[in-house]
Amino acid sequence: MNAALSPPAAASASRVDLLLWVAVPYICLAVFVVGHVWRYRQDQFGWTSRTTQLLEHRWLRWGSPLFHLGAFMVIAGHVVGLAVPDAWTEAVGISEHAYHTTAVWAGSVAGVAMVTGLAMLCARRLVTRRIRLGTDRSDKFLFPLLSATVLLGITATFAHNVFGAGYDYRSTVSVWFRGLFVLQPEPEAIAGAPLLFQLHALTAFLLFAAWPFTRLVHVWSAPVGYLVRPYVVYRRRPAPAGAPVSASRPRSASGSR
Amino acid sequence: MPRGETTVGRVMAQVAMVMNLDKCIGCHTCSVTCKQTWTNRTGVEYAWFNNVETKPGVGYPRRYEDQQQWKGGWMLDKRGRLVLRSGGRIKRLLSLFSNPDLPSIEDYYEPVTYDYDNLVSAPAQKDVPVARPRSVLTGKPTAITWGANWEDGLGGAPEHAGGDPNLSGAWAEKVKFEFEQTFLFHLPRLCEHCLNPACVSACPSGAMYKRVEDGIVLVDQDRCRGWRMCVTACPYKKVYVNHATGKAEKCTFCFPRIEAGQPTVCSETCVGRLRYLGLLLYDADKVGEAAATPEEKDLLDAQRGVFLDPHDPEVIAAARESGVPEDWLDAARRSPVYDLVTRYKVALPLHPEYRTVPMVWYVPPLSPVLDAVDAAGGNQDDPDHVFAAVTRLRIPLEYLAELFTAGDTDVVAGVLMKLTALRSYMRERTLGERGDEAVLTAVGLTTREAEDLHRLIAVAKYTDRYVVPAAHKEDAAALTAMENRCPVETSGDPAPRKIMLGIPALRRNTTAGGRP
Repeated sequence: MNAALSPPAAASASRVDLLLWVAVPYICLAVFVVGHVWRYRQDQFGWTSRTTQLLEHRWLRWGSPLFHLGAFMVIAGHVVGLAVPDAWTEAVGISEHAYHTTAVWAGSVAGVAMVTGLAMLCARRLVTRRIRLGTDRSDKFLFPLLSATVLLGITATFAHNVFGAGYDYRSTVSVWFRGLFVLQPEPEAIAGAPLLFQLHALTAFLLFAAWPFTRLVHVWSAPVGYLVRPYVVYRRRPAPAGAPVSASRPRSASGSR
Repeated sequence: MPRGETTVGRVMAQVAMVMNLDKCIGCHTCSVTCKQTWTNRTGVEYAWFNNVETKPGVGYPRRYEDQQQWKGGWMLDKRGRLVLRSGGRIKRLLSLFSNPDLPSIEDYYEPVTYDYDNLVSAPAQKDVPVARPRSVLTGKPTAITWGANWEDGLGGAPEHAGGDPNLSGAWAEKVKFEFEQTFLFHLPRLCEHCLNPACVSACPSGAMYKRVEDGIVLVDQDRCRGWRMCVTACPYKKVYVNHATGKAEKCTFCFPRIEAGQPTVCSETCVGRLRYLGLLLYDADKVGEAAATPEEKDLLDAQRGVFLDPHDPEVIAAARESGVPEDWLDAARRSPVYDLVTRYKVALPLHPEYRTVPMVWYVPPLSPVLDAVDAAGGNQDDPDHVFAAVTRLRIPLEYLAELFTAGDTDVVAGVLMKLTALRSYMRERTLGERGDEAVLTAVGLTTREAEDLHRLIAVAKYTDRYVVPAAHKEDAAALTAMENRCPVETSGDPAPRKIMLGIPALRRNTTAGGRP
């Protein structure tokens, strides 16, 4: 599957690097895509944000908006940092220094908001017995994984770019990340990155793999269509596909005739 | 199963309900049978699609009628346009992460079960073993401090009933002072299946809808994403969050029964036989305009103006054009609801000022007034005494007006006088006298109408009370398809090919076997 590797790249990447930075990401992305298709077709009833506001609202009132708004900013930051090559930002006149200053400041604010929010959400889930009892197996997997990803990410930023000497992930991690999507993986680009960045990238891909099987699917149901919909929705009573009046019971397989 | 969203602008049929409150004895049979049918599942232990409240009282959930706090229903903005009280579309999307106006479980009550097992498994001892209450949510022993009908029969009323949001006027002070001689009546409530439903309008995912054929408002369990805006938007607080599935659930008006031409479970099992079911034809184009009537006291007439006369040839022609089947038109002509609401105008909507155009109406109770007549030393069998009480005793009247006419006491007084006149005239007739027709004329009834209304209100045979046309036979195939499945899937239903990723394992297990 990784036949697209150019010979020199393949030569410089070890087996472990190939496994971690090519095989694992592609497997995770495949699970992400197939998992979503499967769940959307099989489990509309389970596809929900699984709100617990009814059972606890004091912590949620602050934690949830903090987490979600922080997450939006963090995701936007990642899209810019990972998807946009530094040559492009240079071309529109944003210097490397200006970019990193902005990224570190905005990223820190967003990251701190997200971490605080997530901590509050985790805390209420642990402390409030009603919610703890209602916590699903998928939640027990998702919350630690999400926390690990977020904490590794913010630690990497603080350790290297806020208090450290500065690390230009755009020339390493970003190159690897883009390589995955243009089907020209460059595992050696991330192989030399600091451990924190590597761990962050790995947990993030695990999160992608877990995504379709957790409550994270509610992200895709963001109800933007509500902005333009008429207020009152009318629907006809559901009729089975192509069933005229007949004595026989409709079969579950549709369109077989 | 999303089918084509239909454009409105035509005659539509609504299965509506009227309850005669004078007959309600507060036995809660409707609530219990409803619960057994629809909400005896994990996640909705606290939810009562049908509940019976004692009025005056704070209700269930607590103080749900206080829309300053809960932001339910519609209101008019500064420019007179109809807007949801909980805010516009953008504000709603911004509050997805945390809905500021969502009642918490404490506003309903913490559901409990009992340690029944202790009764049989306790070791031999000196004391009789007891079944202690346990919270269903935490599994821990708990103290029961509130419930869906905590104030039943004015229990604890001196302490709590002052919190009734309807007791807001200056006259309300007296209600509290005179509690020794106070009045009470029972108010059974269920989803109003509104013509202008606020819950449907607030649902961000479009999972809630009003059925074109019969007007029943439902939640599509497959499309609900748990944004919980419907709970806030409904001013009657009759949409509930299932905390196990994270989805909204509500009264279904027992649509599988309605489709089969049977009354709802709450109606069927009503001991007092106080419920009426029937069709109302209405002009769907006029609903928005009626709901936006500027003056609150004009809302009642505006809402009545939306309903169409099923005997009018023009209406019949328009209804045929709109696809209302012939047997439904016939049922609409025989509808007891139409008679009570429009012909005799003795039924009133609950809180018309919420502007949702509710479809469960109430014949207001005479009993508070009769109690007052007794307390004042009058004779409640003498219509003159009752008439005098209706005009003079402001307290019960003001209170009923707060509930049913947006504060217009004249309308409530009119209905109560009509009921009083009917009682006295029919009593005389039953006792073999001629009956004083002057009393009837005073309230605008002919003798023939009085007999008809008396039959409808007092005799009220099964077939007179419930005129529910079965779903039309062209749709029979659709109904067979529904036959074998529960419309609100239980979360633990081991139906084939249903994956329950979203459901916590703990609750999944307890659901499968039903209640302990």
